[in-house]
This record gives sequence, structure tokens and C-alpha cells, in this order.
Amino acid sequence: MTLKQHSILPGFGLTMGFTLFYLSLIVLIPLAGLLLKSATISWDQFYAAVTDPQVVASYKITFGASLVAASVNAVFGLAVAWVLVRYSFPGKNIVDAMVDLPFAMPTAVSGIALTAIYAPNGWIGRWLDPLGIEVAYTQLGIMVALTFIGLPFVVRTLQPALEDMDVEIEEAAASLGATRLQTFVRVIFPAIMPALLTGFALAFARALGEYGSVVFISGNLPMKTQIVPLLIMTKLEQYNYAEAAAIAVVALGASFAVLLFINIVQWWSRRYAA
Amino acid sequence: MGIEVRNITKTFGTFAALRDVSLGVATGELVALLGPSGSGKTTLLRIIAGLEEPDPGSGAILFHDEDVARRRVSSRRVGFVFQHYALFRQMTVFENVAFGLRVRPKRLRPSRNLVKYKVLRLLKLVQLESMANRYPHQLSGGQRQRVALARALAIEPKVLLLDEPFGALDARVRQELRQWLRRLHDEIHLTSVFVTHDQDEALELADRVLVMNEGRIEQIGTPDEVFHRPATEFVVKFMGQVNFFHGRLEGDKVHFSTMAWDWPEHAGASTQPARVFVRPHELDVDVERNGQPSLQAVVTRIHSAGPNVRLELRAASGEPLCAELTQERFRSLNLSVGNTVYVTPRDVTVFADESPK
Repeated sequence: MTLKQHSILPGFGLTMGFTLFYLSLIVLIPLAGLLLKSATISWDQFYAAVTDPQVVASYKITFGASLVAASVNAVFGLAVAWVLVRYSFPGKNIVDAMVDLPFAMPTAVSGIALTAIYAPNGWIGRWLDPLGIEVAYTQLGIMVALTFIGLPFVVRTLQPALEDMDVEIEEAAASLGATRLQTFVRVIFPAIMPALLTGFALAFARALGEYGSVVFISGNLPMKTQIVPLLIMTKLEQYNYAEAAAIAVVALGASFAVLLFINIVQWWSRRYAA
Repeated sequence: MGIEVRNITKTFGTFAALRDVSLGVATGELVALLGPSGSGKTTLLRIIAGLEEPDPGSGAILFHDEDVARRRVSSRRVGFVFQHYALFRQMTVFENVAFGLRVRPKRLRPSRNLVKYKVLRLLKLVQLESMANRYPHQLSGGQRQRVALARALAIEPKVLLLDEPFGALDARVRQELRQWLRRLHDEIHLTSVFVTHDQDEALELADRVLVMNEGRIEQIGTPDEVFHRPATEFVVKFMGQVNFFHGRLEGDKVHFSTMAWDWPEHAGASTQPARVFVRPHELDVDVERNGQPSLQAVVTRIHSAGPNVRLELRAASGEPLCAELTQERFRSLNLSVGNTVYVTPRDVTVFADESPK
């Protein structure tokens, strides 16, 4: 085996070097700093910091709400992407552009807007309130905010996958006697599964780190609606950098594990691809 | 009758894809729908399959004397083979072929063992037993198309419909697969219709050829009839290269260039302009006048690589002509570019010219 193989694509050395440099600068060095900071306290202190009931509750809330939000997005994002790819209707471009709005809006603005709408006297909240459904200042509110910011990820990753799928594939399934449901479950869904997982993972990851929009709608009640990023902010405001770093490291580790798992599933579901 | 289609009309917006088309395919027959792109041949096939709806007011579609026009594609029991295979890429070859059996309603679904037996038998039929566990991307184009065919046959279809089945394959594979498909058809005798724009493919493979143009049927006939007795000018031109002359029908003769040809069909009718077609292989070429009326021409190009030699000529009147001779004849004439030759038709096809009024 020769190490140096000549490729007709020039610039491998240069671009690979730049890639490593860039990733180090932007991703690895800050993360290493985080780890180092968390290492300035003893193991016992670290353990105490991350197992504090308030911290554990916030982990549950953040991961739980992110999971729900990403799942909701996976279902309804698929519906949105399907409509945008498969049908043409007046105003399609406007709807298409609207999908990106959660990307573009400052998260604080979305948070305040959602809070205003879902507060008991807000546009939507006033109809839900008599039904006993409270959104603002509850965990449901966190899920609503996380769903809002995660939607574009699912739609944008699914669109190319759906566009890629030939209508002939569906016609073939129908000609073989499959019903619409069978066609979807057996043919369409497996084909878009990898893209759906990517969208899910992106929406999930984004939700884990989301801060701006959630702090307004959640009300930040300890043990009830306090999310991990908020807890970290609180520690930072108390100049307790090491504990803040410790909480962040655990959150980071857990996120990484989840994303790795999704990647493995995705790799497995792509086994048939060329 | 295996397939019967009555008075089908189809328009897309303002474009008339099919204009009142009727067609009958005998049970066990293999029919080719031949035509240029936009002639409506694929639309007709898709309407037979149920993938496209004919315009309201269109007539019946019958499979084995049973009206299926109101049935959806999924309950018509058609085997449909797509030009680009349309295989399910996340399924293995086995799973692709088994699909049609596995999606059946529970009470009609064969047992697991029976599915396996049927699929393996079909894979044997298309000579792909060893590929059962491969994914489509691991197969060549010809193999993929055979999987698509096995998949279509798995549902024991009443009719088999193939949309340009060899269109995406390279020339050599196409030739092999064509002959293979004909042998397969002779073995299973399934009423089949295939679409093609390649006249050689249609003539070689089909029992009968249906030539389509601009949404209408120009001619239905055996390959022999369509090639040797074309019904319309369009069919003449579509069946391959042809020399064209303006002529005149007078009495029982057709006159064109410096020649006259017996045309008894016209006897008794009034004199009228005519269009005369002569195939390259129907032109005799000689280096000197042989006494018969002939056309003087100059050789402009010689294509001698092939079973026959094709000559490009320019008539004295300036029109380009094309003639085809056997290699033996070509050698005995000892021709080269720039020689003067005399051409005499051996056979002609004549249509009375009704267009200019």
C-alpha cells in the first residue's frame, strides 16, 4: 500500500489541513477548554454538581422536551416537506420561504412572540385556557418553543430526499397491487428514513442547546421548567464557572451519545446505498 | 381477446396525446407500440395499465373480455416494466420480486415458503438465482431490467406491459435482452404490449406492430406488412432511410424523374401528382446504362463497413440518393467516389399526393 496516491483532484493536502485547523479552532479548542475548566474541581465536587436534584431535573426536562419536539417535527415536518415537494399550489413559494423563518428570527423574539400568543390571555392561549391546557410557563411551552425552532431542520433535509424519489417507484408499487398505505410504509418510508433521521438528529441537537426562545415561555421554575442551558447561565452569573462547565460536560456527553446512536442507525439504514 | 381498447382519447391541457384510438391484442400475442416521442405510445400503455386516466367519454378497456376501465392500477393485475427499472433500492432482489406477493390482502397472501418458492422460480426464469441477496445498485442495467420483469411476473399478471424496456441499456445488452425476451415470451405466452421508438426492435420482437403518430394509429400489422406494405407515408419514413421522388400518376403508370413504373391500382383514375418512395436496398446500381430507363448519379460517399455497402449518390438533378448493395456486387462494380452510376428501382411505394389543393 502506498501512502501517497496521486489523485486527479488537486489540493487534498491543503484542504484537509485547513479542515483540521478550522475544526480545531472552532470546535475542538473551545470544547477542550470546557473540559479543562470542569477538571479544576475534584471528582466529588463534579459528581455533586451534576447530581444535584435541580440539575438532574433540568437534564430530564431538556432531553425529554427536545425528544418530543424533534419527534413532533419528524412527523409534521414530513407532511410539510411532502406537500412542498409533491403538489403545486398558489403561494407555494411563500410557504416554502416561511419554513426558514425560525432559522432567521432572533430566538428571543420567537420566545416573546410564542409567550404572548400562548399566555392565558393570548390569541391561542385564551382558547386553550378554558380547556385546562396551559402552555406558557409549563413544560408544554418548552416543547412548543423547541418544535418551532426545530421545524426547518426536518423539512430542509427531507425535501431533497423526496425530490430524489421517482414517481415511477410509487407507480411500480401500485401496479404490483400495493395500497397507498403499503406503498408509504414499505417503499417510501424506508427510502426517506436516512434523511428523516438526519433531520430528527439536527432538530434534536438544536433543541438541546436552545436557550433564547425557551427562557421566555418556560417561566424557569426550578425542578419544573428549568432547562440545562438556563441552569448553566445561572451558575455563570454566580461566577461558579467550574460547576457550570461540569453541567455542560455531562449534557455534551449525553448529546454526543444520542447523536452517535442516530448516526449508527442511519448508517445501518443506508446499507443498500451505492 | 387479451387486451381490447375502444375509442380512447386523452388530452393534456391543449395537447391531444391520443385521438380516438382503438386496439385489440390477441391472447398470448406480443404487440409493439412504435412511434416517435410525443406520438402517444407511452400514454396509451399507461392508460391500459391504469396509471393514466383516459378523457371522459372514452370507451372501454378490456382484459380477457372483462372491463377494467374503472379499476385502479393496483387491482388490474398488470405487470408493468418501467424504462428506468423503478426497482425498490432499499430491498434486495429477492424482496423486490416478492413485493407483489407480500402486499396481497392476508387471505390471498401465499405462505412464506410458497413466496420463497415462487420468487426463486422466477429468478431462475430470468437467470438471476445467484443474485437473490444483492441490492439493485450492485447489478448491471440488463440485470436490473430482468429483476423488474421478474417482479412484474410475480403477481401472475393478466397482461404484461413494458415501457421502452431496453431504452436505458447499451446497444449490445439491448440486442441480447431483446432475443431473450422473445424466447421468454414464447415460453410463457403472456399477452404483452411493449413501447419502443426503435423500428428494428419492434420488427424483430413483435408478432404485430402498431405504428403511432400524433396520437393516432397509422398502421397495425405484422412486421412484414408494416415494412413491405406501409399504409401511409409516415410509416414508410419511420421504417428507415428512404429515397423520395415527386412523381405523377397517369393511367396505370407512375412517372418520376426519367422513369415510369407500372401502378395498376391507379388504372382508370385521373392524372394526379404522386409521391414515390424507394428504399436504398431496392435501388439497383450499375456503371453503364442497361437499356432500362434509369437515373444518372454521381457517387459522393461510400460506407463499406457492414454487411452491406451503402452508397451516397447525387442525381443529375441535384437530389441526394442512397443505395445499398451487397459486398459482392460492390466489388464487382469496382466503384469509387466521383464515379458516375445509373440507378434503377426494383420496387417502389407510391402515394397519390392529395395535400396541395
